[in-house]
Amino acid sequence: MHQLPKRPGIAILAERAIEVLIRLCGVSAILFVFGIFFFVFREGSHFLFHGFKFGEFFLSPEWYPTSESHVRYGALALIAGTASVTLLAMLIAVPFGLGAAVFISEFCTPRAKETLKITVELLAAIPSVVWGFVGLTVMNRLIIEVFHTPIGLNVLNGGIILALMSVPIIVSIGEDALKAVPDSYREAALALGVTRWQLIYRVLAPAARNGLLAAVLLGIGRAVGETMAVLMATGHAVKIPSSVLDSVRTLTATIAAELGEAAVHSDHYQVLFIIGILLFSITFVINLTADLIVRGVRRG
Amino acid sequence: MIPSSKFSYSIQAARRSAIRLRAANACAYRAGERQRLPAFQLALLLPLTLAAVLAASCAHSKGPNKTEIQDTGSDTMVNLAQAWAEEYAKVDPSVSVEVSGGGSGTGIAALSAGTVDIANCSRKFEPQEIATATKNTGKTPKEFLVGYDALAIYVSKSNPLNEITLDQLAQIYGEGGKITKWSQLGVKMPDGADQIICVSRQSNSGTYFYFREAVLGKGKDFRLGSRDMQGSKDVVELVANTPSAIGYSGMGYNTPTVKQLHVAKAAGQPAYAPTVQTTLDHSYPIARPLFMYTLGEPAGAVKQYLDWIASDAGQKIVLQSGYVPLPKAGK
Repeated sequence: MHQLPKRPGIAILAERAIEVLIRLCGVSAILFVFGIFFFVFREGSHFLFHGFKFGEFFLSPEWYPTSESHVRYGALALIAGTASVTLLAMLIAVPFGLGAAVFISEFCTPRAKETLKITVELLAAIPSVVWGFVGLTVMNRLIIEVFHTPIGLNVLNGGIILALMSVPIIVSIGEDALKAVPDSYREAALALGVTRWQLIYRVLAPAARNGLLAAVLLGIGRAVGETMAVLMATGHAVKIPSSVLDSVRTLTATIAAELGEAAVHSDHYQVLFIIGILLFSITFVINLTADLIVRGVRRG
Repeated sequence: MIPSSKFSYSIQAARRSAIRLRAANACAYRAGERQRLPAFQLALLLPLTLAAVLAASCAHSKGPNKTEIQDTGSDTMVNLAQAWAEEYAKVDPSVSVEVSGGGSGTGIAALSAGTVDIANCSRKFEPQEIATATKNTGKTPKEFLVGYDALAIYVSKSNPLNEITLDQLAQIYGEGGKITKWSQLGVKMPDGADQIICVSRQSNSGTYFYFREAVLGKGKDFRLGSRDMQGSKDVVELVANTPSAIGYSGMGYNTPTVKQLHVAKAAGQPAYAPTVQTTLDHSYPIARPLFMYTLGEPAGAVKQYLDWIASDAGQKIVLQSGYVPLPKAGK
């Protein structure tokens, strides 16, 4: 047996150090997520357990955080605002996004594919405040003219802006999912004589299901969490919408607008953190559901 | 219309977050109160915070002969404060005044954290806010009256309405108010849209507080469903773009694209336009004083600056910025 040449101690040490560093990078995501949740929870926890009215928060639309006579923290209108804008955005973005992903991945020529992918990525790179300007100026006037409403800052405006913002995410992740389906599936299906449409919805869609679902859920996550664009495009009015032409205010926009000037550790400040906890819980539930669905699909 | 006004949203947002950051780190480092700094901010913004700490720590000793005055607060007063700062740079080049807005609430919060020298405020400090500031810093805020502002009621240029009473405003804006349509005010809108679109301010602006107290009445609240804008300018801009809107904002924010209504105390009484004259003789019913606050008795550069503001040279700028200067006798 040959003895391996002994490595210098410094090299071993350096390797250990790098190993530790990489491990730290790996767990840092978990640390950050728990850290953020812990601190958000801590900021809001005191009021949450002392004097916070769950019934009022979830069932009352009356949001009067700075009232002198009767302070009320009813977030129902804000929850309805977030829900309505997100729902409309997804109704628009999911068909368009998945359609575009299928087109880019299956139908177009390599040249068109490259052009489209670059353009979609460019769309994703537009800052949200710029989308907000578009909503505030261009879309506002357009909606007033087309629908003859008194004001164009409403659910429709916010929904369209959010849809435009989440389409690039859905397209690029959806396209990746479709690309990951082995070509042998396509060849086998085509050899059986299926049409292109049958290939897509009978073979590719089930095979890429997890990836497509992830694409849609990430799109929803983006829509729920988006702040600046909806702050500018939805009109920022505390109101439960009765149509898509009503102005609303979202949970995120409320935090953005009020946290800066709420006195630190006041009830108002803590309620804004409780809204943060609520937002965190919503995205957590969405991700968990997605995870469970994906597992279910795998087992089946 | 000023083209850059479209960007006011982002500028204000940036301004606000900068203030927040500065306030946060200065709290931690000066007052030594760890609990005032939300720890998640520290974790997330560590590099930024460090940079801001460096900036803040050298703010008051920038070179041997350059004194810096931090001036933060009221969004109504931000243009005025900026104009003063620019003019004062010519009067005394050794002093530089750093102005930022964000709302009266922001100024109050920053002053009671001890992070600014002057807080601009379009309303008086509440007794409770004075107590908080005294408790935090050991000094009592001192008030300086620096001018007046008439709160103008803006409507679109195409709106035929010219006059409004305080009671009508309360019915339009107040919780449980009866007026929701222009026809209830006897106005027929040219484009047929009858619904009144109320434009208001975010719930911690000094203008919002003043309007609530002066128009709706003490202890009353706004009706929900108004569009709550983040800045004085945003209100005027939205009104300009929305034919059936009504909004309130400082008189200095008037533009050629909107119309200021004449306001009467009650039905049957004469209505007045918001002008310097009507503000000073108290005939315009919703005019308010503008204040600057310091921590304790000001000294040195801050005192000289405030004295200059009260002087004729400083008060001339108030008039130029579209506000109402202090009456000569009242000084």
